[in-house]
Amino acid sequence: MTHVGKSISHESARGHVTGAALYTDDLKTRFANVLSAWPVCSPHAHAKVVSIDASEALTMEGVATVLTGDDVPGNGNTGPARQDEPLFPDVVVYHGQAVCWVLAETELLARQAVKKVKVEYEALEPILTIEDAIAKDSFHTKPLVIDSGEVNATLSQHKTLSGEVHVGGQEHFYLEAQAAIVYQDESGGFQVHSSTQHPTETQMIVARVLGLSSHDVSCQSLRMGGAFGGKEVQANAWASVAAVGANKTGRPVRVRLDRQRDMALTGKRHPFLGRYKIAYGDDGEIFAADIELFSDGGWSLDLSEPVMFRAMFHVDNCYRIDHLRVVGRVCNTHKTSQTAFRGFGGPQGMVVIEDAIDRVARATGLPPEIVREKNFYREGDRTHFGQRVTQAERVTRVVDEVKRDADFAHRREAIRRFNETHETVKRGIAVTPVKFGISFTTAFFNQAGALVLLYADGSVQLNHGGTEMGQGLHTKMLQIAADALGTPLESVRMMPTRTDKVPNTSATAASSGTDLNGAAVRDACQQIRERLALVASQKLGASKDDIEFGDGKAWVFGSPETTVSFAELAKTAYLQRLPLFATGYYRTPKIKYDEEAGSGKPFHYFAYGAAITEVEVDRFTGQYTIVRADVVHDVGDSISPLVDKGQVEGGYIQGLGWLTTEELVWRQDDRAKGMLATRGASTYKLPTLGECPEEFHVRLLDRATEPSVIHGSKAVGEPPLMLAISAREALRDAVAAFGSGGKRPEGIPLGCPSTPEAVFWAIQNVTARVQKVAAE
Amino acid sequence: MPISFRLNGEEVVADGVDPHVSLLHFLRDRGLTGTKEGCAEGECGACAVAFVRRGPDGKTRYVGMNSCLVLLPSVDGQELVTVEGIANGDALHPVQEAMVETGGSQCGYCTPGFVVSMFSEYYRDGRVAGKDGFDPESISGNLCRCTGYRPIRDAVVQLGLPKKGDRHLSRLDDAAPSVAAVEYVGAGVPFFRPLTLKDTFPILAKHPDATLVTGGTDIVVEVNQMERRFSAIVSLESVCDLYTWDLADDALTIGAAVPLSQIEERLHGTGLLPMLEQVLPLFSSRLIRNRATLGGNIAVASPIGDSPPVLLALDARVVIASASGEREVALDQFFTGYRATVLKPGELIKSIILPRPFPVVSKFYKVSKRVMDDISTVAAGLAVDIGDDGKVTRARLAYGGVAATPARAYDAERELVGHAFDAASIARAKEKLATAFTPMSDHRGSASYRNAMVVSLLEKFAHDMSSELGSAS
Ligand SMILES: Cc1cc2nc3c(=O)[nH]c(=O)nc-3n(C[C@H](O)[C@H](O)[C@H](O)COP(=O)(O)OP(=O)(O)OC[C@H]3O[C@@H](n4cnc5c(N)ncnc54)[C@H](O)[C@@H]3O)c2cc1C
Ligand code: FES
Ligand code: FES
Repeated sequence: MTHVGKSISHESARGHVTGAALYTDDLKTRFANVLSAWPVCSPHAHAKVVSIDASEALTMEGVATVLTGDDVPGNGNTGPARQDEPLFPDVVVYHGQAVCWVLAETELLARQAVKKVKVEYEALEPILTIEDAIAKDSFHTKPLVIDSGEVNATLSQHKTLSGEVHVGGQEHFYLEAQAAIVYQDESGGFQVHSSTQHPTETQMIVARVLGLSSHDVSCQSLRMGGAFGGKEVQANAWASVAAVGANKTGRPVRVRLDRQRDMALTGKRHPFLGRYKIAYGDDGEIFAADIELFSDGGWSLDLSEPVMFRAMFHVDNCYRIDHLRVVGRVCNTHKTSQTAFRGFGGPQGMVVIEDAIDRVARATGLPPEIVREKNFYREGDRTHFGQRVTQAERVTRVVDEVKRDADFAHRREAIRRFNETHETVKRGIAVTPVKFGISFTTAFFNQAGALVLLYADGSVQLNHGGTEMGQGLHTKMLQIAADALGTPLESVRMMPTRTDKVPNTSATAASSGTDLNGAAVRDACQQIRERLALVASQKLGASKDDIEFGDGKAWVFGSPETTVSFAELAKTAYLQRLPLFATGYYRTPKIKYDEEAGSGKPFHYFAYGAAITEVEVDRFTGQYTIVRADVVHDVGDSISPLVDKGQVEGGYIQGLGWLTTEELVWRQDDRAKGMLATRGASTYKLPTLGECPEEFHVRLLDRATEPSVIHGSKAVGEPPLMLAISAREALRDAVAAFGSGGKRPEGIPLGCPSTPEAVFWAIQNVTARVQKVAAE
Repeated sequence: MPISFRLNGEEVVADGVDPHVSLLHFLRDRGLTGTKEGCAEGECGACAVAFVRRGPDGKTRYVGMNSCLVLLPSVDGQELVTVEGIANGDALHPVQEAMVETGGSQCGYCTPGFVVSMFSEYYRDGRVAGKDGFDPESISGNLCRCTGYRPIRDAVVQLGLPKKGDRHLSRLDDAAPSVAAVEYVGAGVPFFRPLTLKDTFPILAKHPDATLVTGGTDIVVEVNQMERRFSAIVSLESVCDLYTWDLADDALTIGAAVPLSQIEERLHGTGLLPMLEQVLPLFSSRLIRNRATLGGNIAVASPIGDSPPVLLALDARVVIASASGEREVALDQFFTGYRATVLKPGELIKSIILPRPFPVVSKFYKVSKRVMDDISTVAAGLAVDIGDDGKVTRARLAYGGVAATPARAYDAERELVGHAFDAASIARAKEKLATAFTPMSDHRGSASYRNAMVVSLLEKFAHDMSSELGSAS
């Protein structure tokens, strides 16, 4: 293959570095009379909206109108899973929720006018924590259960330990905040430009809100400045507001959230509470686990149910636990509606089991890596939901390889010596594996379409249902298409993702973009190539099956000297009245899951990886540095190594942020109860260059072909995020070094995210215990 | 009067635009949408643009700044380059090439800002190519959510040196534009940018409600985030009297409007004021420091400001100027309450005096979630002088983030003075520190953590200094 498997730059890289690449809100100046919208936000987390008085705002110069529920021609509910997201609410259910929207000539004017809209509220009591929701029985769903083996009986036969871990949420902080522009076009239809991962759903919901059919609305997602799941369902509301505005005023309307509003109004990674009881042996073997997971779903159901399922599917990580029960509950709270975020519940599930594994290690006095290895899946094993763990040997392989790459054994020893001679700083190291199931757990999403148009001059337009958010999907699609057609990359032009090119698409999510769309693109290209092969066989006087394509030419197998150009073939095919376009389609075979039984095969395959992280911690402040990180990750046969390495590195650092510096704080005081205190870059801390370890080695696993996926590749978007769990465990290892060593059945409690403060208290905790023991 | 400036080599005129509008929004409204908004508060760097400025070495250079925090009329008479002005026609700039090659862009939204920061670094006078020549601070003010930074770091490290004939390099052979006074009105709001103090006071007299702006890195955040609006704005950024740098036998005097990055540059490697040298790289990011000032940092009187603990430990005095003359106030008398100072209407900070001799042993500590570009949970400027007899002659324990204002722990200081800096005196000081302040809990940290840090940082100081002092704690 000429293009697939080559390291090439992102297809928009030139546009990125010159500023020429456009994003949704960059289109603003193309619409001369565009109105800007700004939300009137609730200052309560839970309250009845008694009245809205916009009269003063409406008298201001430049204010066009104020949108309220009365302006919705169709169904004013944008909930994707359940009709539980009124666009203009009568009762506000989270702090900052938009009550109505001002439209004005400029954003500055709209923002000023918003201050003049008087809304009267009747405050109600909010539920702001998982514990409170549990106490008040406030849940979005019934309990979800997977129960395998004989959990109770096994727990009663062995030593057990119990634990509890709070796992923090995470703000997506895509650099481009939510944005949409909607206008009515010359044909009377509505055109939606939206920074959305799921143009079809945005189209469908806009149509529903306008009381129209899907064919009246087209949605384009040109490219996104990052999404990470945050624009999978949560782009819909903003496009809907713009649509309602465009419908009312007859003018283009633009909604873009600034960072503060974006953070205050949109959902995040779910905070979790995990409780576990583990039966284990002195050799570190885990016999049984009884696990309860609670997620903080926020105000609406959103994707919380599949997120919880994925957490439950990953609560085993790479460990075989024959008797495992996991019960998941989604709490209904007065917060932003938590949603998809890279990993989709998987990361939280894994943190819970890794926490438990470390407890077992401390209780038995064995090194954590030994306990981990003891319980690794082996060939032939099945998960707690009954799926066979295919390629289970890769768990051991990635761990062994990363240990070799990182010189783990020597460094473990060096760290032990370092810690012996250092009182106030300690180092820690940990190796953690990742196994991540690939496929949407909502089965019908596992399909994709493509539309390939060949013009008579030999140039090609490529359309597919996937959206580009930086993950390099378009780059890979171009590589696949160019190889499938046998043309240079430049002959193929990637078109913006639009619902009037490919209908009924799935969200670009669940890491599945390349698997699904790539196969659909190849399917379409192969159909065209078949037709061209026919033409070439006539021209070259050979059987169709002997025609080879490459580099914009065709020739007969074995005689590459005589060629005919791709353009000539296209032209001839046209003159011969052959169709030069094709649609491609793909659906993932053989996936099925039975919710009631708690078993099935929800995933097409698994992706594997392992990481080793070393940290250094300061006793005085709890501040720390990530000294070094090593990763070996399984992406199958990489379609685009530069892109894939970027996904692995970026995923690790994003996971690192989640587990260390990124702390979401919701205010609990009466002055602003339920307000997100960390709603800006100055209060919510993403990793910077300073957090990227100076030594950061990422390697893609070789000999890793995945036979059931396009070009032997594997999905790469989400799995690497969980590699960062090694950093959390390394911090725990360093904290432990401040203690006295030896067995410690109570474990090394460490807050999550492990901010310097959390680490400081963890150190205090272990040193206090050392002192206590010494005093006794 | 309209304002005008050079943008990517072309003259741009703006009139009637509300002076609260940021340079960023002005650019984007003109269709120059390469410059992005990621936060509107100076944190992400997606809005970075490069100004052509005269450096403290007298040479012309590119200086990156956050355009979201620059009020449009401030740009009058200046020259700047945005991401659109960097390439040469179809030929990418070496900085852009490097980013394309290493995979430094994924979603691309942060990329224009990185390119601009790297562009400024590329032309930095005296930069050597390669890993050792790369100043990580040059991209400390740019956030990327996608890449994890490794490829961007590699892109910077692999940069060669500019070649002769490079038009952006040639530009630096000529002087940076010199700015003139500005009197501008937009949307009914007057904006002034006087050149001398003499010219400033009559404006303040005429517009007693006017708001002062220097770097704007604090106050423009409020304009962007809270829709703060002023009846009149007076920018001090070009007032020559506020640019003093005077190192005399008895004191160092620093003008209130000297950008922090210039202070950093002047002190770098001199060993003169280690504490100040330590605080500056930890103070926000290079992009912010290119504009933020000491005057502004003191005037906002934020309890979490980073310079006050250091300046308190250095016994700084604030020179306050007004139409009726000048007065000096010791910094520990300057703050009167939460975000309140002794400044009266019509007064402004002219300079900061740091008396000599400077403390012999001193250290700045910043406790925050992140190393780069973060705001302090607790900051401390700790300094002691030790006499020939081994006894402490002066002790300054100054903290930020633990009270309504930056504050010294006088009681604890007294426990140290007159005693050896040893375990016993430190233990007594720690006891006093434990109850010295009643900090608050917020999203940066709990009250108990802050209290613990007040004590712990003295311990850390003693530990870190033990080798220097020859007496372990
Ligand atoms: C992203 C970011 C990160 C930051 N990080 C830090 C940090 O790490 N540590 C820290 O301490 N601060 C930080 N800040 C805050 C800010 O940068 C500093 O306070 C800076 O020193 C302010 O200086 P300035 O000239 O920009 O002030 P301006 O914003 O111009 O002014 C601030 C206030 O001071 C007044 N003022 C300005 N100059 C004078 C004068 N000469 N006389 C009297 N009054 C005056 C103004 O009227 C205004 O009220 C950060 C800000 C941002 C945006
Ligand atoms: S927009 Fe983020 S720094 Fe200006
Ligand atoms: S490439 Fe997406 S934020 Fe940097």
